[in-house]
Amino acid sequence: MNKTINQKAWYFVIPVFVLVAFNAAIPLMTVVNYSFQETFGNNVFAWEGTRWFKQILLSERFHASLGRQFAFTFIILLIQIPLGIAIALTMPKKGWGVPVCLILMSMPLLIPWNVVGAMWNIFALPDIGFLGYSLNAMGFDYNFTQQPGDAWFTTILMDVWHWTSLVVLLSYAGLNSIQPAYYQAAEIDGASRWATFRYIELPKMKKVLTLAILLRFMDSFMIYTEPFVLTGGGPGNTTAFLSIDLVKMALGQFDLGPAAAMSLIYFFIVLLVCWVFYNLMMKNEAQS
Amino acid sequence: MSLELKNIEKKVGINTHIYSTSLKLEKNTINVLLGSTLAGKTTLMQIMAGLDKPTSGEIWFNGKNVTGMKVQKRNCSMVYQQFINYPNYTVYENIASPLAITGVNDDEIKQRVGKVAELLKLSGMLNKKPDELSGGQQQRTALARALVKDSDLILLDEPLANLDFKLREELREELPKLFEDRDCIVVYATTEPSDALMIGGNTATLLEGKVIQYGKTLDVYNKPENLISAKVFSDPPMNIAQITKSGDNCKFTDNDVQWKSSAKIKDGTYKIGIRPHNITTYKEGNNSVEINGKVQISELSGSESLIHFTNGNLNWVSLSNGTQQKNVGEDTKLYMNTDEFLYFDQNNRLVNNG
Repeated sequence: MNKTINQKAWYFVIPVFVLVAFNAAIPLMTVVNYSFQETFGNNVFAWEGTRWFKQILLSERFHASLGRQFAFTFIILLIQIPLGIAIALTMPKKGWGVPVCLILMSMPLLIPWNVVGAMWNIFALPDIGFLGYSLNAMGFDYNFTQQPGDAWFTTILMDVWHWTSLVVLLSYAGLNSIQPAYYQAAEIDGASRWATFRYIELPKMKKVLTLAILLRFMDSFMIYTEPFVLTGGGPGNTTAFLSIDLVKMALGQFDLGPAAAMSLIYFFIVLLVCWVFYNLMMKNEAQS
Repeated sequence: MSLELKNIEKKVGINTHIYSTSLKLEKNTINVLLGSTLAGKTTLMQIMAGLDKPTSGEIWFNGKNVTGMKVQKRNCSMVYQQFINYPNYTVYENIASPLAITGVNDDEIKQRVGKVAELLKLSGMLNKKPDELSGGQQQRTALARALVKDSDLILLDEPLANLDFKLREELREELPKLFEDRDCIVVYATTEPSDALMIGGNTATLLEGKVIQYGKTLDVYNKPENLISAKVFSDPPMNIAQITKSGDNCKFTDNDVQWKSSAKIKDGTYKIGIRPHNITTYKEGNNSVEINGKVQISELSGSESLIHFTNGNLNWVSLSNGTQQKNVGEDTKLYMNTDEFLYFDQNNRLVNNG
């Protein structure tokens, strides 16, 4: 068969090329460019090779913020995923309760990130904030601006408040897609509530939970605005997660080279973890 | 052993799903619930199983009132239209699950699962997960789960509806055999009259939440108590017409076709029901009568031919053996076997039931 040659179709692809170029490729390439050079004023550059990468990978500051980042992400996943599933399980399946719950659940997701940070900042102030004042009135020595433990507690609580809803909504959708016949079959078998959850609900929610964990991992691993507004990375550097540290380095100290190298390392870590995680989940999927 | 529903009624809000129903199902019987979608088959089964409570009325099992008793305590099993199995269990674990929960020992589980698996031709796939099986095999697994546990009551809710044609035929033939030497009551819900006839046993015809008639399947088919039951138990749909009878002579109200009837009924006007296979393109029986028809649709399935035709106001279906090629719009002669006519009075009750 003769193929007709029609190169005009390429015109349709051009807008996407341009968009992706300006949106992703060109900015990323400038970062790559910075990461291999020393930058002086007046657009003067000097080639540095892989020096910044070595420096970052060996720096204690980077290790510390990377450690904090993993700890934070790990803790919030550990809280949000089970909590989200638990809330989804208790939500009504029909009646007027459904829209009420769904709207209440999506509220936190609709609030801009910096507003969440500002809200919680005021909410948690030890002298006038409702949370801070109440905790102190109950006899806890609570001050998130000065005590690292309190700062972590507040940041985690804020993130749980802001993002558990996402896990709830995804789990709820997963649960709703299970046909009632499955529950009846389990009931007829005499399965306990736990067995029903373990052998019917959990396997049936697997796909949405994979999605929820991936989304929550990426989002929390790149978290910036909320802790920046809430604690500014403080007290000291105790809540300076990777992105906060990165911005400090890039804009605060104007170390463009190391900051660019750090960005790229950061980017590859996110990519790597997602890839590993996704493949692990999908490997199980292929087996079953 | 028997299962008895006494004046069961089910209301949801202002809607009545099941009107007052009494049924007595005996031990070692297969009972077919026959009716279209929304006739209340599933609701009735869920009430029998104890998954749902009747609004009023009582359920007695083995002479004991079990109304409101939880399903876990009732020793019944159920198979659904959708293939319901535990997704991350193997076929073996799936079949074993009802036994494992009740604490049967491993050796016995192994032996019983092996037996049921063999019966349902699943022996070769015990280590597979449900996703890896075909629809037919998934439904066999679900059936095996229902059979393994020696239930007193086995409920099958349109178990063949989601299977493709070949598998449906195959499994439908095997089903009655599976229950042959079991000490239990089987209830089988279906929308298809042919299912009921093939399975045999007893049949209850249902329409819009009411049980119309219950009895031996062939009796219900051959002697429907009334027109509704006859309609439910006829596929393709039954042909119905008004007739007048005087002496031995019967005549359609809508046309001039006449025949001699041996039915011992008084003179007057009646409705008759004619099953499609009693109108054919060839003469059948000693008392067949000719009718002219204009062909509307002609469907050939190879072994059978379905011809929709009109005669005056009548819009009927006929079912003949073999390939009977007819063109749409063609005028054709058809023959009605008058011996098989069902006569109903104006209250829709069957009158020629002797």
